[in-house]
Amino acid sequence: MHVTINVNGEEHGDEVEDRTLLVHYIRDTRGLTGTNVGCDTTSCGACTVLLDGESVKSCTVLAAQADGHSVTTIEGLADGESMHPVQRAFQEKHGLQCGFCTPGMVMASVSLLRENPNPTDAEVRSGLEGNICRCTGYHNIVESVLAAAERTTEAAE
Amino acid sequence: MSILGTRVERREDPRLLTSGGVYVDDLREPALEGAAHVTFVRSPMAHARIEAIDVADAAAMPGVLGVFTGADLDVDPVAPGPGLGGQPLPSAMARPHLARDVARYVGEPVAAVVTETLAQGEDAAELVSVDYEPLDAVVDVDDALRDEVLLFPEAGTNTAARSGERDESLFDGCDVVVTRRIENQRLAAAPLETRAAACAWGDDGRLTMWLSNQNAQACRDAVQEQLGLDEGQVRIITPDVGGGFGAKIGVDPDAVLLGWLSRRAGRPLRWSESRSENMVAMTHGRGQRQTVTIGGDREGRVLAYRLDLVQDLGAYPLMSAFLPTFTGLMAGGPYDIAKVETTARCVVTNTMSTAAYRGAGRPEATAAIERAVDLFAAEVGLDPAEVRRRNAVRPEQFPYRTATGLVYDSGEYVRAIDAVLEAAGYRALREEQARRRSEGAIRQLGLGISLYVEITAPNNAEGEHGHVEVLPDGSALVLTGSSAHGQGHATSFSMLVADQLGIDIDRIQIVHGDTDRVPAGAGTMGSRSLQLGGSAVHRAAVDVREKGRALAAELIEIDEADVELVDGDWRVRGAASVGISWAELAERARDRGGLAADVHFVSDSPTFPFGVHLAVVEVDTETGGVEHVRHVTVDDAGPVLNPVLAEGQRHGGIAQGAAQALLEHMSYDTDGNPQTANFADYAIITASELPRFELLHMETPTTLNPLGVKGIGEAGTIGATPAVQNAVVDALSHLGVSHIDMPTTPERVWAAINEA
Ligand code: FES
Ligand code: FES
Repeated sequence: MHVTINVNGEEHGDEVEDRTLLVHYIRDTRGLTGTNVGCDTTSCGACTVLLDGESVKSCTVLAAQADGHSVTTIEGLADGESMHPVQRAFQEKHGLQCGFCTPGMVMASVSLLRENPNPTDAEVRSGLEGNICRCTGYHNIVESVLAAAERTTEAAE
Repeated sequence: MSILGTRVERREDPRLLTSGGVYVDDLREPALEGAAHVTFVRSPMAHARIEAIDVADAAAMPGVLGVFTGADLDVDPVAPGPGLGGQPLPSAMARPHLARDVARYVGEPVAAVVTETLAQGEDAAELVSVDYEPLDAVVDVDDALRDEVLLFPEAGTNTAARSGERDESLFDGCDVVVTRRIENQRLAAAPLETRAAACAWGDDGRLTMWLSNQNAQACRDAVQEQLGLDEGQVRIITPDVGGGFGAKIGVDPDAVLLGWLSRRAGRPLRWSESRSENMVAMTHGRGQRQTVTIGGDREGRVLAYRLDLVQDLGAYPLMSAFLPTFTGLMAGGPYDIAKVETTARCVVTNTMSTAAYRGAGRPEATAAIERAVDLFAAEVGLDPAEVRRRNAVRPEQFPYRTATGLVYDSGEYVRAIDAVLEAAGYRALREEQARRRSEGAIRQLGLGISLYVEITAPNNAEGEHGHVEVLPDGSALVLTGSSAHGQGHATSFSMLVADQLGIDIDRIQIVHGDTDRVPAGAGTMGSRSLQLGGSAVHRAAVDVREKGRALAAELIEIDEADVELVDGDWRVRGAASVGISWAELAERARDRGGLAADVHFVSDSPTFPFGVHLAVVEVDTETGGVEHVRHVTVDDAGPVLNPVLAEGQRHGGIAQGAAQALLEHMSYDTDGNPQTANFADYAIITASELPRFELLHMETPTTLNPLGVKGIGEAGTIGATPAVQNAVVDALSHLGVSHIDMPTTPERVWAAINEA
């Protein structure tokens, strides 16, 4: 089938098989390999992207369902050379180690902060429950999200 | 001021944060153009005779390039071993690349399908029909020890290795002796990136293989050996690696087979397993049944300790038949105990093989003795922290020779205990606990303490290789046989070089994980990177600096003592305007072999980092639910090169330790069917189950390497596991609970309360 999907600000028309998952469309058709696959049960969140600004696990969405919508992946988050505040906070707070969960974790955090710009420690933790990280123990991920929240609030003031 | 010890942000991150890194599955190398896919057909039976395999239907499917079974292979099975203390294992227990006559665990590969696309592989694999004749399976180690069901009848026994002898008089003279059987459950390492491999044969007859692995050089040797190739015929590249935790140390027969299949199919190949496949077919960790016996006097002095352990090897003995060697050596922990005895038996069962997992044999030792010390403390009626203070090896006793024959280099155990108790407000916590107990509160408070010592770079004999070179553009190139999978080597190793050469870390290139560029090395495991790999790079940098000094002095025609490095350039002391840059020096050194140095650093012995963890939990006595509310630690691994990285390692370790204590268990039913074979069933710990960690700082250097450093990678896991487990038991001790096996799930906790 034919789909038209806006990926990271650019509209693309592509032929895909009906059963193509969004994550495979992103990785294989669009060649954006930042989005990772870590499980086959929608449990890990490594594949999280934004669909019209809301975080979704792209391993459970069909490419067809994204037809006519816009998708943001980790590659589309930075504004040119300058990283998104959440990316910068992950860098400053050492919110990543092996980096495999990171794209999904960052996208989930962006969406979390959009819904709740001033979360508490506990709110960040429960907000990221669907994203698994095996390396960091989450401590610095939570710090990263809190730091990003603080920075965004400051910028708004 | 030296850059060492400062909080330098990771150089790796911008790339990982903006484009997500390049893991094996992301590779778009020209050599892999047109790569076909491998799909394994895996046994659904834990133990079965393979009567026949029919591949005709599968082979006729669209896109199928070949279907291969064990009968097609001209590759020898992988010899088992090494066993305890390096002893040989029964050769009958060798692991075939594809099962031939018998399948011995659920997930064992029995056929491999090569197809144009991944989806075709999944479809074709379904059509490979295997005639299985079920055999009785043996899953529990105690059953396996009875040798009623044998996995390898030719071997005549399921016990692949044993060590240690029993001294019946070990506890003579002890007023108090406590004994207990405890379970160190089987875990899945579960790196977020599953196993993945890709390979291509070049026109020159060389095989290049990209692997998600911790040790490229060992993989090169294994692939060459198993496929019968010549030395130099294999190149291994480990690109970004999405976590390893020990399970990516070894080269999987599955991955080796890819090279053989690629030659047969005449195509480059890719393989990237699903999570469900990973859970049943990647090596598991831990899996020890332990019996601890601890004896001492009424004043809380421990006089003798015995650890009897049975290691579950899974179906084929891999590294796990060796790991209990570490458990035995480290059995006595950080305590000054006159008599320590370990006996170990390693048995095969119809489950996935076990191998290294973060700490590899040492967390098992610590979990045992730290539970034992608590049992002993309860028996003599002393606070568990106090019993640890009374028995810990004292600073003046170092170097300390243990009853098991190791020499601990340095430590400040009691100071570490006191620091943690003070920071946590231990006395107030105990008062709060007493208050809740007297009120009969539903939520009881538990305090768990663990004091540990670990052995890092236990495989120090291999040493590690480092190469440092200043290039004519004034930048530096570093080659290391150590290889990162999240630890941040590019940052830490460039800090070491910047410290010596004054070259900006952004102008230092770190190369690892490519056997053509770095032929010698032993990878990253056992917390060896900084103490061995870092020391090699440091020494090489010192050599390069001295070569630079000599050349600068010669060119300026001045005494060597009169040149110094200032802001990355060589200057004449006292005449800052006269000088020569690294770039110029490297240019001039070109025809003299360049400004380079190679160092192979070998340490005389391993080092022994230590620490103290205090876990605070709240246990709901009505539901059995446990909440981990605080975690305070000291992990002393000597001087810290980059606190950012060291803290990150500690955090990750604590989470994995807490996960073992509270949640995780890779379990099989009695017929050998995996019950936790995906992330929906296997309880990986998430952010909401963990507290913020409170880290204290202490540095006790070692003299065993020029940096004074010890390993930090496994510390958190070793210390946290028993701390959290002890805390859960402590919360319920007033109800008569003295032990709960890990994982301390609500069901188990609730049952313990009701049985008490
Ligand atoms: S890959 Fe999508 S949730 Fe794990
Ligand atoms: S950084 Fe490795 S899984 Fe999160």
